[in-house]
Amino acid sequence: MVEHRGLGRVVPYIILTLGVAIVAFPVYLCFVGSTHPQEITANGQMPLTPGPIFFETYYKTLFVGSSGSTREPVATMLVNSFIMACTIALGKIAISIISAFAVVYFKFPLRMAAFWLIFITLMLPVEVRIYPTYKIAADLNLLDSYAGLTIPLIASATATLFFRQFFLTIPDELVEASKLDGAGPLRFFWDTVLPLSRTNIAALFVILFIYGWNQYLWPILITTRDDMQTIVIGIKKMIVTADALTEWNVVLATAMLAMLPPVMVVVLMQRWFVKGLVETEK
Amino acid sequence: MATVELTNIKKIYAGGVEAVRDVSLTVPNGSFTVLLGPSGCGKSTLLRMIAGLETITSGTCKIGERVVNEIEPADRDIAMVFQNYALYPHMSVYDNMAYGLRNRGMPKPEIDKRVREAAVLLAIEEYLTRKPRALSGGQRQRVAMGRAIVREPQVFLFDEPLSNLDAKLRVTMRLEIKRLHNRLNATSIFVTHDQVEAMTLADQVVVMNSGRIEQIGAPGEVYKHPASRFVASFIGSPAMNLMTGKIVEPGVVETPGGKLPFDAKRFSASGEVEVGIRPEDIHTASSGGTSFTPELVEELGATRLLHGNFGSTPIIVAIPASGTVHENKEMRLSIDAQAVQLFDKATGRSLAR
Ligand SMILES: Nc1ncnc2c1ncn2[C@@H]1O[C@H](COP(=O)(O)OP(=O)(O)OP(=O)(O)O)[C@@H](O)[C@H]1O
Ligand SMILES: [Mg+2]
Repeated sequence: MVEHRGLGRVVPYIILTLGVAIVAFPVYLCFVGSTHPQEITANGQMPLTPGPIFFETYYKTLFVGSSGSTREPVATMLVNSFIMACTIALGKIAISIISAFAVVYFKFPLRMAAFWLIFITLMLPVEVRIYPTYKIAADLNLLDSYAGLTIPLIASATATLFFRQFFLTIPDELVEASKLDGAGPLRFFWDTVLPLSRTNIAALFVILFIYGWNQYLWPILITTRDDMQTIVIGIKKMIVTADALTEWNVVLATAMLAMLPPVMVVVLMQRWFVKGLVETEK
Repeated sequence: MATVELTNIKKIYAGGVEAVRDVSLTVPNGSFTVLLGPSGCGKSTLLRMIAGLETITSGTCKIGERVVNEIEPADRDIAMVFQNYALYPHMSVYDNMAYGLRNRGMPKPEIDKRVREAAVLLAIEEYLTRKPRALSGGQRQRVAMGRAIVREPQVFLFDEPLSNLDAKLRVTMRLEIKRLHNRLNATSIFVTHDQVEAMTLADQVVVMNSGRIEQIGAPGEVYKHPASRFVASFIGSPAMNLMTGKIVEPGVVETPGGKLPFDAKRFSASGEVEVGIRPEDIHTASSGGTSFTPELVEELGATRLLHGNFGSTPIIVAIPASGTVHENKEMRLSIDAQAVQLFDKATGRSLAR
């Protein structure tokens, strides 16, 4: 570490403070806006200090819903989003860790072909295949269901590649030692591969949870019922084109609430997250 | 405990590499057999075939009375110690040792008893709750051996278990393995490319070269009566001096270093041969013998190495480090007839009867 004295010590703090301010200010404004009546925000006279209606706004947002286009309270949307993000993240992890395990540890005909097929799906995100995927989901009666919301997004090449790379760093001798210790493939998976992948799983969970939380295009297609909509879509629907009708305090409160779960996930799992990306336990 | 019997074992890898060609070998019950050979000669491959980690292309492998070719590694009743220890990083030392027993459904008290006994034997009791990460190389190696010992297998397999340790620790662990073997008396097969390890540990040394066995014998036997030029040059340090020679009369071979006597009762030879003499079998003489001019003298403490030539053949002489030797000053050497080895010029096999 280089030791700084005098000005050299202050400058980094100034830069950091500036950075934090730039990132945090819009969030703060959003919070302030959510505590003032809608006319004030709509008039463009946004104050810089929190207003009087914090509790009313958040109560209304969470449990009553706006009078505008969405009739569902935000609590439902939060639950929907949470279920969607968790299912997508856990589903992706489960599927990809199993497929990476198969590709790395088993010799079967067309193994590399299978791997490349998975690899190619990197080029086919849901936006590209949206029509056929929608058609299939509709044919399977998956519209307006959690299954429809999540399953088409679960297949994941990135996570499979990530796990494959990690498995390749596990020494072959560990596999052989397991064989000699009488552990079959499933035991080896549970007792060795899974514990060794813990930090990687945590890191991936953070990334994939946020990916799932931020989904917009697919949920907007697949859900029509109000009680199935996710929070990201909820926000959009609350903003009515006739500006005066938009309940800005509710919209901004929803935005604040939408931010909370991903932030919580990152904060809670940050230690593991960093560990999983930079080091391996070997 | 059991005898291991390999008959006409071959291994051809998927890429077409012939790693082991037609190896037949018997490892007697309770013996410590060392597979010795240069890098890439197929020792690990052979060991891994016995372990069941590699399929056997052809031939049979018998452990005890059972042909194990098609038997899973876990069911072969063997235990293996790997070069890089291969401990489970996320398990404690105790769990590392207990894991294999648990998988076999052994009752808990029995597992506990075995693990603790092995830990005492290897002096690792205080580390039982630690993770391998928190151990030194030597301690990890002990844990790896503990994992093998608790299994009480018929055969122990070691693949260069000491080569990741520093020189000093290697000597200590070598002694410890020897002691352990004397105590457990289990059949052991040990792979190494280090001849000192081989000589000190083995009851039986198997010298391998490019997938074949060159010689099987006790350490002294392999050293004194090498079966081929390869064994002669591979075992012993510095390596055996090799030169061309011609039999001029029974019991006398003409070499670049002059006419040398050899044991005609041991060797049946005629015509052109390859002559081998160990550096330590050449002695200084006050008169007679062979003329030699050392060009370079290396002091190794107890011994002294003289580098020079017989004609155009480079020669090393190892003599006790007493008195003085002058570089570039002619001296006389005597060579014992019993020490002269003769090899076939074409095949490199020993010409011993
Ligand atoms: N999985 C494999 N596929 C193809 N060839 C292999 C494989 N493993 C080993 N070989 C080849 O087989 C030959 C013998 O290898 P092996 O590992 O048995 O050598 P070794 O005697 O143990 O050498 P070292 O002392 O370096 O460990 C080598 O030529 C090696 O390249
Ligand atoms: Mg090897």
